Amino acid sequence: MNRDLDRRKQFTRRAVILAGGQALLLSGLVARLYQLQVIDAEAYEVLAEENRINMRLLPPPRGLILDRFGNGVAVNRQNYRLVLVSEQTESVADTLDRLSAIVELTDRDISRVNRETSRKRDFVPVTVREDLTWSEVARVEVNAPELPGVMIEVGESRLYPYGDLAAHVTGYVGAVSEAELTGDPLLELPGFRTGKNGAERIFEPVLRGSAGTQHVEVNAYGRIIREIARQEGLPGNDLTLTIDIGLQAFAARRLQDEAGAVIVMDVTNGDVLALVSSPSFDPNVFTYGLSGDLWQTLLNDPKTPLINKAVAGQYPPGSTYKMMVALAGLQEGLIDPNQTVWCPGHYTLGNHRFHCWKRGGHGHMNMVDAIKRSCDVYFYETARKLGAERMAEMSNRFGLGEVSGIELPGEREGLIPTPAWKLAVMGESWQGGETLIAGIGQGYVLTTPLQLAVMAARLGNGQHKVVPRLARPAGGPSIPEFEPLGVDPFAMDLVREGMNRVVNDPQGGTAYRARIEDEGMTMAGKTGTAQVRRITAADRAANLSIEEIPWIERDHALFVAYAPVENPRYAIAVVVEHGGGGSRAAAPVARDILREAQRRQSARFQETPDADPVETPVVSPEL
Amino acid sequence: MANTAHFIGRPALTLRHKLGQMSWGLVALLMMVAFVGFAMLYSAANGSLEPWASRQMVRFGVGMVLMFIVAMIDIRQLHRFAYAFFVFALLLLVAVEVMGRVGMGAQRWIDLGVFQLQPSELMKLALVLALARYFHGLGPEGIAKMKALIGPIILIGVPTALVLKQPDLGTAMLLAAGGVALCFAAGIQWRYFIGAAVACGAALPVAWQMLHDYQRQRILTYLDPSTDPLGAGYHILQSKIALGSGGMFGKGFMAGTQSHLEFLPEMQTDFIFTMLAEELGMAGALLLLLLYVLIIAYGIGVSLRATSQFGRLVALGVTVTFFLYVFINIAMVTGLVPVVGVPLPLISYGGTAMMTLMVGFGMLASVHVHRDTPVPRRPGGSLY
Repeated sequence: MNRDLDRRKQFTRRAVILAGGQALLLSGLVARLYQLQVIDAEAYEVLAEENRINMRLLPPPRGLILDRFGNGVAVNRQNYRLVLVSEQTESVADTLDRLSAIVELTDRDISRVNRETSRKRDFVPVTVREDLTWSEVARVEVNAPELPGVMIEVGESRLYPYGDLAAHVTGYVGAVSEAELTGDPLLELPGFRTGKNGAERIFEPVLRGSAGTQHVEVNAYGRIIREIARQEGLPGNDLTLTIDIGLQAFAARRLQDEAGAVIVMDVTNGDVLALVSSPSFDPNVFTYGLSGDLWQTLLNDPKTPLINKAVAGQYPPGSTYKMMVALAGLQEGLIDPNQTVWCPGHYTLGNHRFHCWKRGGHGHMNMVDAIKRSCDVYFYETARKLGAERMAEMSNRFGLGEVSGIELPGEREGLIPTPAWKLAVMGESWQGGETLIAGIGQGYVLTTPLQLAVMAARLGNGQHKVVPRLARPAGGPSIPEFEPLGVDPFAMDLVREGMNRVVNDPQGGTAYRARIEDEGMTMAGKTGTAQVRRITAADRAANLSIEEIPWIERDHALFVAYAPVENPRYAIAVVVEHGGGGSRAAAPVARDILREAQRRQSARFQETPDADPVETPVVSPEL
Repeated sequence: MANTAHFIGRPALTLRHKLGQMSWGLVALLMMVAFVGFAMLYSAANGSLEPWASRQMVRFGVGMVLMFIVAMIDIRQLHRFAYAFFVFALLLLVAVEVMGRVGMGAQRWIDLGVFQLQPSELMKLALVLALARYFHGLGPEGIAKMKALIGPIILIGVPTALVLKQPDLGTAMLLAAGGVALCFAAGIQWRYFIGAAVACGAALPVAWQMLHDYQRQRILTYLDPSTDPLGAGYHILQSKIALGSGGMFGKGFMAGTQSHLEFLPEMQTDFIFTMLAEELGMAGALLLLLLYVLIIAYGIGVSLRATSQFGRLVALGVTVTFFLYVFINIAMVTGLVPVVGVPLPLISYGGTAMMTLMVGFGMLASVHVHRDTPVPRRPGGSLY
């Protein structure tokens, strides 16, 4: 008890010491306030006056985004804003009345201006309307004498002249978010925009530049009297993409409203010439923040226009995966290209039956024929011999199941399953049948359209692990150093022969109808049809035509190709979501785009600035 | 409850009695400070309750209810669950660390849907309770031993390190300083504090190496803000100009030119004291400080009157934490310490800090209400 009393005494002593310490610190604060607010008050009052004047930031112009020929895909335009200083008007309501006769003002504009003018102090300009047209500016200037307090301010805003044609490549800009604030006062300027998606976001540090300052003298009301000094900031750097906007536009229009993706790559240097995700959206509407309705529409669209399917869409590759299986089999010496497999239309493993897409079967198939006709049974057999690991190893070599590192946000990894993966992630052991299913690019196998394009480019290149790139290196075209693929040339030749026959062999080539007939432009490719849901015995019996199946349950259509066959230069991957069969829905799209790419080739080699750009921009930039 | 009454040998207080004992003076002081806050948020929004003042009022109301609920909790229950609460807060801190790595960019918060929980705020209170229980259990004979240092080093060190890693320098400082103050109050010997101070001095160069670049930048800028007037020094320079130009009596309510011309971004949160001092002058600032001093004095008073060591330490811990908020925030906006992001209690716009403070005051009030309730050294154990 006594000791407890001691403890209380000790606590009291210590608490008093702590209280003393706090009192000391608080007196320090009081002294500081006295110093700032009494001793130095006058000096700070002067600074405050100056302050009202000299702290004006000049936002730097944002760097342009250009296509490979220098066509502007994201540019700046002068944005004329109408502002009102209520102090200089006799009556805000009268002025607005007169204004609305000259420029279009909505009721919402007017009520917002009324609200803001009553809230802000009189000398603070209130924005009446953004984005005046040139003729509206002229009308306001002409009527200036009757419009005291009304001014036109000029700023810059982002414009995407090609509208929705390249939205998933350029991305868009929007208001600075709280998370982006780093203490740079530039970011706190009202109206400042930063990149929110696509190249605008990834290359934000390149494009932004740094702020300049303007020292201006203002009177007691804060109105500018004159400029004292001006220090220009650093404008953002321009960014040149590998994209050919003409080809991009062609591809986007070719896909129309189908949901899907197209990527065209140069197989020699990895340049991405077109990257389309469809449907798209107009990035211009994001600059000033879009309406909730429009946002909801975009968000709820089952065809997901806001998602960049080219890099973030994951699809089973279906039969386009068969090249990987064939290459792995040849490389490992497990299959003899001349030896045939008998396809009766199905394959039995244990007590389970795996079907070939062709019910009656293909008969005797060697490897090249099996690719040409896309015989599933042949690849069931090959996959079984190989096992999942060896297929995965070859797929990884061709860029499947790993991010390519392209300069776009949100790239997904896809998935090339192995027994180890399944055990780690699902906690279950691998089933023999799953190897077979993986062998035809179904089951757990997932790839992005970009990965398929990389695979096609590496097949077309034949020797190197081509890596896609979106930014043009400074100093013109160059071929980066790529790692070797390390695939036996003999195996590569055989597989490429199979792909050639898919398109160009009238005897059962699955994409023969989509061949390119122009001299020297022929393509080699592979069709793929990826099931979205498991086909049941009942489905097989019902044998519905595509129109009888709901859109969301239809198969994805895929096609990968390169051209020309003899000396490959272009690779393409096309995915049409729920498009039905690859030969029907994806191959003709690839054909048209690859032909257009080659048609534009002469221009591409010369790299002339206006090499046949897309006809007319959607919005004219001089607005 | 019957079971606790049994070992204490003293009937629990009735709710009515507790309400009679409630710290009404404290409630009145808090309301006065909160009212100043509403007025400043009203001014920050150019004379509008939206978007800040109205929401802040709702939060204060909710906070008051929370405070009353906590105040009614028997101090023996606070004691009993002190460690559990600490472990819970620690787990949340770890969770935030793990989830932060998954992505989302925000690593300080856990999104609960209805609101965002900031576990480091919870930890401020949990640390006070845990330390109080530790020292309470140690008894008068244990405190003098060197062994007594182990508990506080773990209790303070682990959460501080986790918060530092987030990284949230301001909260880490609050935790460490509050914890050390409690150790001092509990009677840890002087020589350890002197030793620790020397060790810290020696460790300073190492700590400098471990800081993030932007944190170093902040400290350098603090030493000479004029080197970077457009960058990191911008806010502090503007804040001093605003404060200084306010003079003795200020520019008048809602008439602060610096604040309202948006030279001070985010004036409704950490820099709200600047706006107050600009508009109401030194006179206004001193009046607010006086209110704060009264609250602190009240808290110390409660700690001196409590009969249990646990109660004393809880009351003092809450008070010191509150003091640290006030001191760091004002020292920060007046350029005395680097900008670390600590809100001005009950005034700055923001929900989490408000809730932490109100629950803390609830704990303080609980100590006051139960000041004569003996607390056993171990829950369920005998008194001595």
